[in-house]
Parts: sequence; structure tokens; C-alpha cells
Amino acid sequence: MSVHSARSGTGRKLVLLVPYLWLTFFFLIPFLIVLKISLSDDVTAQPPYVPVLDFSRGFEGVRGTIAALDFENYRLVLGDSLYLDSYLQSLLIAAVSTFILLLIGYPVAYAMTRAPLGWRPILLMLVILPFWTSFLIRVYAWMGILARDGLLNQALIGLRVIDEPLEILATNGAVILGIVYSYLPFMVLPLYAALEKQDHSLLEAAADLGSPPWKSFWQVTVPLSKPGIVAGCLLCFIPAVGEFVIPDLLGGSDTLMIGKTLWTEFSSNRSWTVSSAIAVLLLMVLMIPILFYQRIQARNLEAR
Amino acid sequence: MDVQAGKQPKMLATARREFAPWKDKAASPLIRFERVSKRYGGVTAVDGVSLDIYPGEFFALLGPSGCGKTTLMRMLAGFEEPSEGRVWLAGRDLAGVPPYRRPVNMMFQSYALFPHMTVFDNVAFGLKQDGAPKGEIASTVAEMLKLVNLTGYERRKPDQLSGGQRQRVALARSLAKRPKVLLLDEPLAALDKKLRGQTQFELMDLQAKVGTTFLIVTHDQEEAMTVADRIAVMDHGRIAQVDTPADLYEKPATRYVAEFVGDVNLIEAKVVSRDANSVLMQSEAMSAPLRAICEGDVSPGQQVALALRPEKIRVTLRKPGEALENCVRGTVSDIAYLGDLSIYHVRLESGLILKAARPNITRFTEQPITWEDKVYLSWAPEAGVVLVK
Amino acid sequence: MRKGLGPFTITALVAGFAFLYLPILLLIVYSFNDSRLVTVWGGFSTRWYGSLWQNQALLDAAWVTLRVAFVSATLATILGTMAAVALTRLGRFRSRTLFAGMLYAPLVMPEVITGLSLLLLFVAIDLNRGYWTVMLAHTSFTMCFVAVVVQSRLIGFDRSLEEAAQDLGATPLRTFFSVTLPLIAPAVAAGWMLAFTLSLDDLVIASFTTGPGATTLPMRIYSQVRLGVTPEINAVCTLFIGFVTLIVMASSLAMKRQMIVAEQPVRG
Repeated sequence: MSVHSARSGTGRKLVLLVPYLWLTFFFLIPFLIVLKISLSDDVTAQPPYVPVLDFSRGFEGVRGTIAALDFENYRLVLGDSLYLDSYLQSLLIAAVSTFILLLIGYPVAYAMTRAPLGWRPILLMLVILPFWTSFLIRVYAWMGILARDGLLNQALIGLRVIDEPLEILATNGAVILGIVYSYLPFMVLPLYAALEKQDHSLLEAAADLGSPPWKSFWQVTVPLSKPGIVAGCLLCFIPAVGEFVIPDLLGGSDTLMIGKTLWTEFSSNRSWTVSSAIAVLLLMVLMIPILFYQRIQARNLEAR
Repeated sequence: MDVQAGKQPKMLATARREFAPWKDKAASPLIRFERVSKRYGGVTAVDGVSLDIYPGEFFALLGPSGCGKTTLMRMLAGFEEPSEGRVWLAGRDLAGVPPYRRPVNMMFQSYALFPHMTVFDNVAFGLKQDGAPKGEIASTVAEMLKLVNLTGYERRKPDQLSGGQRQRVALARSLAKRPKVLLLDEPLAALDKKLRGQTQFELMDLQAKVGTTFLIVTHDQEEAMTVADRIAVMDHGRIAQVDTPADLYEKPATRYVAEFVGDVNLIEAKVVSRDANSVLMQSEAMSAPLRAICEGDVSPGQQVALALRPEKIRVTLRKPGEALENCVRGTVSDIAYLGDLSIYHVRLESGLILKAARPNITRFTEQPITWEDKVYLSWAPEAGVVLVK
Repeated sequence: MRKGLGPFTITALVAGFAFLYLPILLLIVYSFNDSRLVTVWGGFSTRWYGSLWQNQALLDAAWVTLRVAFVSATLATILGTMAAVALTRLGRFRSRTLFAGMLYAPLVMPEVITGLSLLLLFVAIDLNRGYWTVMLAHTSFTMCFVAVVVQSRLIGFDRSLEEAAQDLGATPLRTFFSVTLPLIAPAVAAGWMLAFTLSLDDLVIASFTTGPGATTLPMRIYSQVRLGVTPEINAVCTLFIGFVTLIVMASSLAMKRQMIVAEQPVRG
């Protein structure tokens, strides 16, 4: 390592500098802009916020810009139960979905590691494949199934399980189902990775010391797959909180999720400042899980 | 520890001289493999093995990788079921008994320490499965850690231990349930050479202390000879020979055993004649007739091999006496100086190369034998072993 | 102990994969439905596919999407590979944590936040929104996925190969192109594929950053989907799925072959 870093050719600097600058410009700076705009005032003129950054008037201008910042948008967001409900409902729906994902994903990942060795690349491929096919399409597929005259209701009526069609579409249940369906690969893959690299001799050791298989599962397999469980849950929970497509297509009018609220605020009300404040607050809510996830990702990819 | 280790083997050697239950007709074995075979698809890993192991023995399964020794051990542990035959433990047929109900414990080659548990929890794991009371668990764990000199390490995790310490935790864990048999799967393979030598003596010491029957699987013949009371040498799923280390070395039954255990010169020869206790042989590669003590069933004209250990061959510059038998002449082609002894590679006129060992008794020999010297190789009739198979 | 497929394994696998694939299969089946009523089977027909070719708006959107995906995936692959090399081969450098953080955060960042912030950036620097802004936005978020894929390959391979090349006199740059790159090529290709399909799929970020005349296919589909399920959309979706599946299958086959070739010296 030290040999490598000691040499400082321009090529080496460039390798770091180009992606570094790109990320700074297209990731970090945009956030600072969002932050600044969330503190600015709406005006009716285009663009619908003021001011961007006005250096033309020199130091006075910058000071004027800073002086114009205030927390009015945050007061608006935090004072309105619509927004607060959106945050809470998003967190709740994401948490419930993540829990269901774990309940479904764990057995699937576990079964994959128990399948014959030759099958595993194919099974892995089958898990990844839906992830490549469009998210939007996969959500859309459920619309045809869950609708009032959809395939599920037809099947259930046909089988005489029910007489009247169920109202599934446009409920929070449909949103949770959509999230579980769309995010399942994100849950299965880290779990599979964690379970697959487990040393089989540990289970043999547990059996050798008197632990029957179901007990070994709880005493050895599950605790050792904890990194996979944590990674899978974060990978599902964080984006699910900010989900927009799923609540918009599968949810009802009473489904308030913050991603959808932000979108509405942005596209219908044209209030970019309030949208920015919503985004900043959402980011603050998700900051701890995101930092946690980054640490895991860094540890996974840089250790050894 | 070092001082102890130096003293211990002699004491054990004397203590063990009388320990030979396999010679006692009345003794009943603790473990009995009865015509056990194991096949995977078309591959036969273990082929009709019958073997008795007695209580208190330190028994070694020795052989190269793939010879079936690990499979045989795993059938005793319960991780594999025999395709044919039976495995008995203390008079009980083990067929269908899952690993977690067998009173044997195994120390894994990789140690298989649970990485998410402390040393204490690892050692306590087996006891907890049996629902032992807390106080008893704590005292047994303390006792076990004391036994392996790891008192004070209870709170550590496996990744905070050195290789040697992990090895000892694994040992303590597998001994904690006081198994009828302790299985050791290449237990010292992960240690460096020096630590391995020391640990071998510690293992023997430990076995003498706890009195448990130990069954070790190893590919290292030196290790097997150091620790074991008896060794079973395995070859392609079969047992080639079961004997004490000394008998295995001095009286190998087959060419395979002679070559696998220790260094050996194998000379192809034909039996010329035999008398009451020796045979006379002639070899195309040797200029002199060969004589060896042999009580086995050989007859004139039979093709045999004479196994000669290097250290039993004398290397001299002058012809030793007037003997016509067991004395050949050759040229030194290579010398390996090993410190305690030197190995001479001597090329005979026929082109055959014999290895002969000479202890370096004095610091500098007055008349050293060196490359290209013409030398005489000679040995006693008791030195060689006639191998039929 | 581990041999054979228990009833549990079979059940979990069958149920899991049925759940993953059944909805998509139903969608594909109903794209061949002759009836305009999506939920009533009116016989087999490909007429909805035929009518797609008359839909100029749809074709335009598909063309925009493909161009955006191709250019942004290529750029993202270059940037992401550089970032992965920087993280695995440059050792410790100052502000490494910030760099790694910026690289991993977009993997889980809600799309609405990424989309909004990029839009505000483009407005702030007064860039005309359209094809180019979507392309830049897609490059920025897909390069992180590429970096992760390439990085996991980089940490997995034997470092001494690079050291051997340098020991034999190759400069770091030459070492990268003659030893490192061929060995990580399968991961780089997989990274490109991932970036390409992520770009094809993206709706939210594109919606935020696009402008007049640069409507992507997902945006077009979305605006119709909101009005309900129609057989035309089913047909578009089926084509879309078929297209992506075909690329993924082909590239995974190609990569498999390449991986075998590339991995032999690593394992030897």
C-alpha cells in the first residue's frame, strides 16, 4: 500500500481527481443548492425561487443573499399535518415492508444456499433478472392483478373464495405489496451473499456439540448472517421511505408518502422552495441509516 | 511449558510400554468399524474397512490426502453415513444416530470456532445444548481453559487470538462435554513447524491427563508416530497396516507402508534359497547376493522387494571384512548435510542409487567422505525387510 | 446432512420465484390478448404490437432513451472504474471518507432527492434542460453502481499480478491497461450493463431533469399507465422486458466465457 501511495504520478492523481470532482459537482453541490433554496423565498417570477447566488454585487450581494435566508419553508412543512403525516406514513409503510421483505427474503436466500451447487448461478441469475427489468413495469404489472376487475379478484371469485371483488388496489396494503415485490432482489442478494460464505464446518461443529439442526439455525446461521440482514434491510428501507412510483400507481388518495408529496409539491404547486425543505427534512430523517449503510458498504468493499 | 514438554515424552513412553489392549483377547473395543464402505456416486472413498480401537488409546489414521481417512472419521462423528457396514461405539450401533446425539466430539481442521461468540461461549456451547446448569457450565469451562492454559481469555473473540490459541480453544471446546472419543481432524495442520512439534507433546500430555480415547487424522507420518499408540496407514480407502509406530517402521507389511512411513531403499530381487530363518536373494541391480532375516512364507524363484532403511546401511571407504553378502560398491553422487546426520546418495555400477545415512558424531570427521568417492555399502541380515506384496 | 433438496428448500424456492415472476408473466400473456378489456381474455392476437409502430411519440421516446442510456452508461463506466481503482489502489488519501461517502450514498438515496437536487443544479448554472441534462444526471447516479461492481472485482483478485508486472518494468499506467483491465473486464462490462439498464428504467430522475423534446420511454409509459391498464402498454412493456432480458442473457453468456478465460491465471 505504502509503495503505491508513495508514487504520485499525474495518472494516479487523475484517477482520483476526475470522479472526485464529478461527484462533488453533481452530488455534493446540488445538495448545498437544495439546502440553500429550502431557506429562500418563493416569488412568482421564473425561476420560481430567489436568489440563486448573486455575486454581481460583490460582498454586499453575498451578505444580502445570506440575510434573505430564513426557516419559513420549514415552519410551513412542520406546521402542516399533511407533511407530517406523509413522513410518518412513509416510515411506517417502509418499516412494515422491510419486515415482510425479511420474512420472505430470508427463506428464499437460505433455500438458495442449500440448493445443489450447479443450480446456484442460475438461481442467482433468476433473482437478479427482475432487478434489470424496469421497476415501473413491475409495478404496473400489479395494477392489472389487483384492480377491482383484475386477475386476482377474477380468480378468487372464480374459485368461489369471495362473492364480491376485494378493494386491494389504491390501498396501503397494495403499496406494501408493491414495495415487497419490487425490492425483493435487494433483500435476497445481501442475505444470500452472507449465507453463502458461511463456513459449513461451523454447522457441523454445532451438531457435533449436540445442537440439533433447527437450534443450530438460530444459534449459528442467523447471528452470523447479521451483516446480510442489516445490509438487506437498509437497502430496502431507505429507498422505500422516499418511494414515489409505487404509492402513486398502487396507493389510494389517502396514501400519503413523502416522495409522492414532494413530487406533487414540485410539479403541481410549483413550489420549489417547499419541495427543497421537504427533501432536506427527508434526508435528515434518513441520515442515520444512510451513514450506517455507507459504513457497511465501505467495510465490505475495503476490508481485506 | 518447554521444560515440561522436554521431560514428558520419556515418562509417557515408560507409562505406555505396558499399554497394549489390542493384544488382550479379553479387552473389548470402544470403537468398531465393521466392513465399512462409503461411496459417492462411482467413487469409493472407504472400501471395506474393519478396525477396532480400544478405550484410552491414542489412535492415528495416517495417509495421503484422498485416502479416505477423513471420511472414516466423519462416519464416526455422524456427518457421513456408511454405504455399507456398521460403526459401533461402546457396543451400540451408530446407524441413524444424528451427529448431535453421538457421544463423540470433533476438533475441526479449521477449528470451526464460532466467530460471533467469545472464548467462554464457544467452550460452553456444547454444555448449553445439554441444558447443564449455569454454575456447572462456568466451572467446566474454567477447568477446560485451565487445562489448555487459556485462563483469562474468556472474554476474547476468536479473531483476537493467535493461531496456537485458537487451536487450544477448539481443543477445550471439544473436550468440554467429556466425550467418549475425541476426534482430531488434522489438528495441527494450521500451525507452523516449531509450534506443531511442541503442541504434539502437549496433546499427548493432555490425553494422559484426561484419559479420553483420541482418534487423530493426519497426513504427517512424523506427527502420527510422535503422538499415537497405534497407527492405521490408509491407501485408496483401504487399511494397509495397523501397528504401533515402531512396528510400522521396522516391520512394514507392504511397499506402500515402507515408503510412506520414513525413508527407504526398495530393491527388487528374486529369492534364490531359504533356510530356517533367512532368505538369500539375487538382484539384477546389486553385484552381491542379499540375505535378510525372514519368517514369512516365501519360496525360491519368487519376486520380492528388500526394504532397507538408510540409517541401517553403513558407508565405509574400506571394504568391511570379507563378507560376500550384503556388501556393494558405489560412487557418492550427492550428500545432504542435515546437521545431525548426512544422507549419502551412492550410485551403484548398475545405476541404482541407494540412500545411506551417517550420523555426524564428531564435529569434523578426520577423513570425510565426499563427492565422487568410491565407497562400500554394507548392512546386517537383520537390517532389511523382505516384502512380498 | 446437506445433501438433497428438502421439502422446505423446494417450497421456498418455488414460492419465492413464483412471486417474482408470475406478475411479469401475466403481463406478457395479456399483451397478446385480442380484447381491449385487459382482464377478459379475447383470444390470441398480436394486434397491439402492430399498432405500436404507428405511435410516433412512443418511438421517439424509445430513441431518446436508448441514446441517453448508451452515452451515460459509457461515461459512467469510465468514471465508476476510475473511482473503484482510486478506492482500492491508492491506499489512504485525505478526504477518502468523503469520497467513499459520495460514492455509496446514491445507491440508497431516494430518487426524488437526487432528481430534485440535480434539477436545481441545472437551473442554478442555467443549463437548458433536455437530452444533455438527463444524460448527465444518469451518468452521476449510475457511476456509483459501476464503482461498486468493479470494486468488488478489484478486491477479489490477486494483487501480486500487478506487482509482478511492475517488477518486470511496466509503469503503473501500462500495468493497468495490460494486466488490471483485462482481469476486471467482466466486471467493467457488467457495470456498463447495469448502468445501461438503470438508465433505461429510470423514471423519477429523468422526469425532474428533462426538458421539452426529451421525453424518455418510462416517462411516456408512466403518463399512460396513470390512466389505467391498456393492452398497448402491456405490449410496450413486453418488448421492453424482452429487449433487456436479451441483452442481459447475451452479455452474461459472453461474460461467463470471458470470466473462465480471465480467471484461469488468477486461480492457477
